[in-house]
Order: sequence, then C-alpha cells, then structure tokens
Amino acid sequence: MSTVKERTPISTGSEWSFDLIEAYDREIGRVAKNFGLDTYPNQIEIITSEQMMDAYASIGMPLNYSHWSFGKQFVETDQNYKRGRMGLAYEIVINSNPCIAYLMEENTITMQALVIAHACYGHNSFFKGNYLFRTWTDASAIIDYLLFAKNYISECEERYGVDEVEQLLDSCHALMNYGVNRYKRPRPLTAAEEKERQMAREEYIQRHLNDLWNTIPRKEITAEQAEIRYPKEPEENLLYFIEKNAPLLEPWQREILRIVRKISQYFYPQKQTQVMNEGWATFWHYTLLHQLYDEGLVTDGFMMEFLHSHSSVVYQPPFDSPYFNGINPYTLGYSMMTDIRRICENPTDEDREWFPDIAGSDWITTLDNAMRNYKDESFILQFLSPKLMRELRLFAILDDAERPTLRVDAIHDESGYRRLREELSAQYNLGNREPNIQVYNVNVRGDRSLTLRHYMHNRQPLGESTQEVLKHVHRLWGFDVRLESVTPDNEVVKSYQCPPREALELT
Amino acid sequence: MSYIIDRRLNAKKKSTVNRQRFLRRYKQHIKRAVEDAIHDRSISDIERGGEVTIPRRDISEPVFHHGQGGRQTRVYPGNKEFVTGDEFQRPEGGGGGGGGQGKASNHGEGEDNFTFTISQDEFLDFMFEDLELPYLVRKQLKDATSFETRRAGFTTSGSPEKLHIVRSLRAAHARRIALGGEDRKEIRALRKELWALEALPASEVPREQLQALRDQIAELDKKARRLPFIDDFDLRYNNLVRVPVPSSKAVMFCVMDVSGSMTQSIKDIAKRFFILLYLFLERNYKQIELVFVRHHTHAKEVDEQEFFYSRETGGTIVSSALQMTADIIDARYSPADWNIYIAQASDGDNWDGDSAACSEILGKRILNKVQYYAYVEITTGPHQNLWYEYEGLQEKFPDSFAMQHITDAGEIYPVFRKLFEKRTEGAA
Repeated sequence: MSTVKERTPISTGSEWSFDLIEAYDREIGRVAKNFGLDTYPNQIEIITSEQMMDAYASIGMPLNYSHWSFGKQFVETDQNYKRGRMGLAYEIVINSNPCIAYLMEENTITMQALVIAHACYGHNSFFKGNYLFRTWTDASAIIDYLLFAKNYISECEERYGVDEVEQLLDSCHALMNYGVNRYKRPRPLTAAEEKERQMAREEYIQRHLNDLWNTIPRKEITAEQAEIRYPKEPEENLLYFIEKNAPLLEPWQREILRIVRKISQYFYPQKQTQVMNEGWATFWHYTLLHQLYDEGLVTDGFMMEFLHSHSSVVYQPPFDSPYFNGINPYTLGYSMMTDIRRICENPTDEDREWFPDIAGSDWITTLDNAMRNYKDESFILQFLSPKLMRELRLFAILDDAERPTLRVDAIHDESGYRRLREELSAQYNLGNREPNIQVYNVNVRGDRSLTLRHYMHNRQPLGESTQEVLKHVHRLWGFDVRLESVTPDNEVVKSYQCPPREALELT
Repeated sequence: MSYIIDRRLNAKKKSTVNRQRFLRRYKQHIKRAVEDAIHDRSISDIERGGEVTIPRRDISEPVFHHGQGGRQTRVYPGNKEFVTGDEFQRPEGGGGGGGGQGKASNHGEGEDNFTFTISQDEFLDFMFEDLELPYLVRKQLKDATSFETRRAGFTTSGSPEKLHIVRSLRAAHARRIALGGEDRKEIRALRKELWALEALPASEVPREQLQALRDQIAELDKKARRLPFIDDFDLRYNNLVRVPVPSSKAVMFCVMDVSGSMTQSIKDIAKRFFILLYLFLERNYKQIELVFVRHHTHAKEVDEQEFFYSRETGGTIVSSALQMTADIIDARYSPADWNIYIAQASDGDNWDGDSAACSEILGKRILNKVQYYAYVEITTGPHQNLWYEYEGLQEKFPDSFAMQHITDAGEIYPVFRKLFEKRTEGAA
C-alpha cells in the first residue's frame, strides 16, 4: 500500500529515559515548527504522582498561598486516587513563559510523547497565540506574582493571625468569579513593580476613600443630587469595587482582595476557551504524532497505544449513558478542528454553501486564524458545521419552568442547524452560565448599604447558596448588603438581605 | 528549545500546610469522629489512623449560581429518536435528558459525605487534646537530678582538647589583617611606584631611587613577616556547660482486681482504660516503665501478656495489691527520680474488713510519693465500702487522688478525659 520506507524508530520499548524524552521533544518540536506552531520555550518537569496531587491542590500552579480549601482539594484527590476511584491527569501545563509542563514518572514513553505533543506544543502555542491570553494574562510574570502573593499572605498571617486571613480569603473566594474585568484591559506589571506599588497603595488608598466618606459638611443637597447613584454606571467587578470602596477594610485586606482578583483574572481566559484550547491541543498531538509515524520515527506499537488513549480522551458518551456528564470539550474541540481541516481540504457542496470563505483555503492558515481570534462561544458560532452536528447527533431541549413538559427545540436537520449552533454557542457564553450580578448602588449619604443587582437571564433565579454568599459580601463590605433580582423591564422580582431582616418576596 | 528538569526529588509534601489548615478548620468534626471511633473500635487497634466523615454541606464553598427555574435551552449529543417539536415529561430527579441537570451536577445537590483518613499521629493528637498529666511541670523542675553537657558558644580559655581550630585560625587571620593592613597598603603603593620606574626605558631609570624603593619594600616586608602567624589570644575553645535535666522518667502501675466477681466484660473495660492511659503517658514521657499488679486474695506482679489475658478467680483483698505496690515503689522507684502514676481498676468488691487497711496504706505509704492516683470503679450495681472509704481519701488528698465510676464501655473515654482534663490551679 504505502511506499516501504526505512523505519528507524526513536524507541521501541515502553520505558522512558531523559535521553528519549529529549529525542522525542526535539523531533516533535521540529515537526511542530514545520506546521508553523509558534510556542514559548518549554520547561518539561518530571514529577511523581504525589507531586501531581500537590499541583492539583494548588489549582495547577507550581506555588500558591495556603488556604484550607486547597487542603480539602488535596485530601479529596488523595483519597480518591489511593482508592483507585480516579486516575490523575497525564499532564498539567501552565500558561507561563517558559511554558511549564508536568510529566508524571509513571507514564510510558508513548504517553510522555503524547503529553509533549499535546501540552508543550498544542497548549503552549494556544497560550501564546490566542487573543484572550494575550490580552488578559502576562505569561512572563505569573510565577513571580504568585510568589509575591504567597509571601504577602503568609506575612499577613503572621501579623494579623491565620484565622483573620482565612476568613477574608473565604469571602474573596466566594466572589472570585466576580473579580474579573470583562472589558477593561489590565496593565501588565512585573513583580518588583507590584511590590513597590503595593507599598504606595497602602498609603494612598485610605485617603482616596475619604473622598467618598468625607464628613466635612457640604452644600445643601438638592433632591436631584441625592438621586445620583454611586457608582454612576453599574460595576461588574465586585471584588474590584469592594477593594477600592469598602469603607472599613484595612490596607492589607485590600491587598489580599487584589491578589485574589488578579489570580481570578489570570484564569478567566481558560474558562472561556476550554473547548478550543483542548481541541487545539488534541488536534495537534494527533497530527504531530501521525507525522512522526509517517516519517518512520515511531513504531506501530507506539501508535496503537497512542490511538487507544487518544480515542478514550475524545469519547463522547451519549446523553442517556450513565457516564454522560455534559458535552466533552475534548470531543467537541477536536472534532471541530479536524472538521475545519476537512472543509479546507475536501469541501463538499454543503460546506461551500455554509463556509464560502474557508472552503478550499489553506488549512494551516485557517486553523491558525481560528485559534488566534476566537473564544469558545464565537468559535462554535462561526465554525460548527452541519456535518459535525449530524455526526454528534446534537439536539436542543427547551426547559421552561412555565411549561409542564420539556420540548425538543431543534435537532440536526436542515431547519435546526442554525438554531442548534446558536444554542450551543450560548451555552459556552460565560455571561449566560454565571448569573450576571453587578454593583448597583451604595447609599453614600445614608447607612452606607451596598445594593447589588442580579440582571436575570431567561428568568433564571439564583441558586440556594445565595444567602451564604451574601454573608461573605457583608463581611467584606462591613455594612448592610442587599441583592435584587431584576427582570429586563427593571422590575425587582426577589431581594435578599444580609443581615437578613425578612425575606422580601415581591412578585 | 526545551529544558527538561527532574523534579521528582523535590520536596514532596507541598500540600501539608494546606492539609493542616483543613484539619484545623474542621477540628470539631474530626474530634467527634475520633470519639465515635474510640467507642466503636476495639481498643487494641485504636492506634491506627481513622476515617473522618464530614457532611458535604458543612465544607462547601458557596458561590453565586443559577437555581432551577426560568427558561433554559441545553444542547445534548447522541440523539436517537427525537424530532423537533417532541414533548415529554421532566424526568424525575434529573437523569441525562433533564433540562438544567448538567448544571446542577456541578453544585452537588446530593448529600454525599466528604470522607478522608487521618494518620495515627493525628488521631492520637485529637484523642488526647486538652488533656494533661497533673503536676507534670512541678515534678520536672523540682526533681532535677541529672545533668547534660551542652554547647554554649566559644571561650578564649580552655583545655587543649577543646580547641576549636577553625575559629582559632579565623581569629588569627583577622588579627593579621588588622595589624598588617597599614604596612601592606604602603607596600602596594611602593610597588606601584617601582613598576612605574621599571617600565621606563633602561637609559632613564634612576638607579638610586630604584634601590631605595626596593630597600624600603624589603624593610616593610620584614616587618609584616614579624607578625606571628598564630598567637595565644587567637585561640578559641569550645565552651561546654552543664545543664540540669528534669527527670522525664515515668513509671505507671496498673493495678487490677482479677477476682471471681470481675466478669470478662468488666475486665475488658479495665483493659481499655489502661491502654488509653498507657498511650497517653507514652506521648508525655520519653521513657516509661510499666508495672502490672493484679490481685485476688493475693497480689502478684506479672507481665503485660499475663495481666491482660490470663484468667484467675477467687476472693478479693485489695490491700494485698496496694501493699505490693508500695513495696515495689520503695524497692525500685525512688520518687526523686521517677514520676509515679498509679491506675487502679476494680468492681468495688472487697473483703469487708480490708477497706480500712487500703485507705491506711494509700494514705501513709503511697499517696505522698505519687504524681497521680486514679481509681476507676466499674460496676452497674451500688457502691460498696471501698468506694466510701476512698471518698474519704479524696477529701484528704484532692491533688493526687481521683476516682471515677464507669458503668459501660461507652463511658471509658469521657471518664478518662475527666480524670486528666487540664487544670489550671494546683499545677504551679
């Protein structure tokens, strides 16, 4: 069938050695370069399973501040792993420069090669190329910043007590998802600058506040002025707002708020590009290792083992399977990437109709462009093809609390493609997934109470833990906190209070 | 370009701090679990670690999220027979097809519990938390009889075998630098001058000046060399001091009634009590000796195995055991060197005429020598004369004598805690 080539595989056994890892890395790197993948330098670290669990517990970062919740995570992973209830991930990769990837010592050489292709060239090039990562994260500074954060927090623990710091962190973590600027672009800072500024901030910040809480008598306030809200525009970044405006926080507490906020911001792009990121990395490990195979650098046995784990990674259980746990981002991402390549290389008439601008174009350029300029939401909206929807047999279910039954809204047919694609895209819109809660008003002249507003999406109410979270907001703000759920026509449907007076049901 | 780093030898227990924080936060839960374990488990494997279960809702970290309701559309894979417009009932309690269930699973509505294991050490820590040995402090300081030599820096005088060579040479070096500094500076300056002259073409070199410089340098060199390489006052000696060490030796007497009235279950409770006490003492003293005395009408000193596992029968004369204990203390464990603890377990049964003798021996020969005497009476019936006799003793020796009553195995741990709970007064 194929032309018989001289096969000189890099390795034949399953044991790995440092020389072999280096050889594989060199070859995979060379192939990746030929495909035009642009990466940060790699730092490949071999670790034990125990160290992998440590890494799990500190949200994948090589170092982090101490908090009981990481301990809980560790205890849980440890327990599950030791009882054989779960395997550990083969790799963890960190968006830093150089890009750090962890390889577990238990893996075979095939798995190590797979991980190198997946993490060190797939994820790495994604981190370097995708616009969200370029905008929001500073790969060169994150490790330094975490070190600064860790030291600062342990210093605070010494000065103000472990309990005090722990409570504060609990509250910050509760609001972590609301510590993100979605639109404003942060300025990158080095750790040294960070330290300097932190000192300066401590001094200035209280003065800045005085402006807001000034007790010096003012001119007569007209009724109109009193109506003015603070802040003038609703603020989406709750942690930022509290850091800058909470009247009673100490400077060190503001700094800790800031640390949590920064870390949250750092992880924000990862949440928005899960499908793309994993799809991209999976697509490339598949392509790169096949290239090695074509060049005769790996054996048939290697490929069998590789394909076995590849196919279990991209397996999508159907919705009625006991293993079903949502759409597998690896499957969706990988299938879409492969599908784009197919559309470029072998377009059908349907593809020409749906994707006139990419059908028949150069696949490497098209994929590169997709990787750089999209996030999950827009990626799906732009590139999910009818063929793939048919293959995955996607269908949409409408669950309206006002109706007694569920309804199949769209399936993979001519009339359903667009609808289906929009719905799936919306499903990956973070703005829809997390309740939209913003700072609405502070009663500056009165009791200093803080009012948050939950702008309801599709009439979805808040979950049962809302009151608990409000307690945390209250701890940070220091005065009464109110949370109102409002419909798009500005009607307050439900309001929560902390400390609770009475639960007001205003329907 | 890639770097490959082997991190396997790096510090492993990176998460230890976080784990400790976690345990610290859920102390109450863990304590409860430990107490339950003590009740349920046979005492012989109490030393193993333990499993701790915490309701998941207690350790959840709340975040804002959407609740059920409203209007949601979700996309699912693997369609088999649905066509657009199909309607069907909501599945009960979720299931794959249920709208919104994909979300709910993230927040764990299920009330499963969070279970994890703590190590043996942590287990014992929690078990003995807040307990202390009465008067441990006093004994340690008062009866300091042994000494230990410890390093305490360096001195300038001492015997030759304590000479510290590195320090001495360092001092000598410093002295030579300090004393020779000026001269060497001068030599350096002269040398520079000399080199400058030597660099001149041979015809222009002023010979006399050259010679003068060379002489001057030689003179200074000689002077510098006269500085002794090492001098008397450079010598440094290790300084060792004798520090009194408090006695940390303890002896624990286990005294148990093995007469016919002691049923197997009573003995079982007594054993558990002794093991608990032993574990506790073990954590407080480096060196601990055990003496087992059992008695019916006669007392006998036995080894651990025999004490706990052999069967005896007969009547009861408690004073025989106390007599023997007192004799052993006199013969082998002088109160000056030893911290003495005695635990006595009995069902309260005693030969009528004997109880007065017991209180006599205790009061005169034992209680003034021991740190602590704990008596537990294991019975479901009414107290007998031994208990009343001992009550009198407790009034006389409130500091070193304690008695408690156990009716069933569940009370062992609480009673043990009561006997050894922290007291602030009296421990001065």
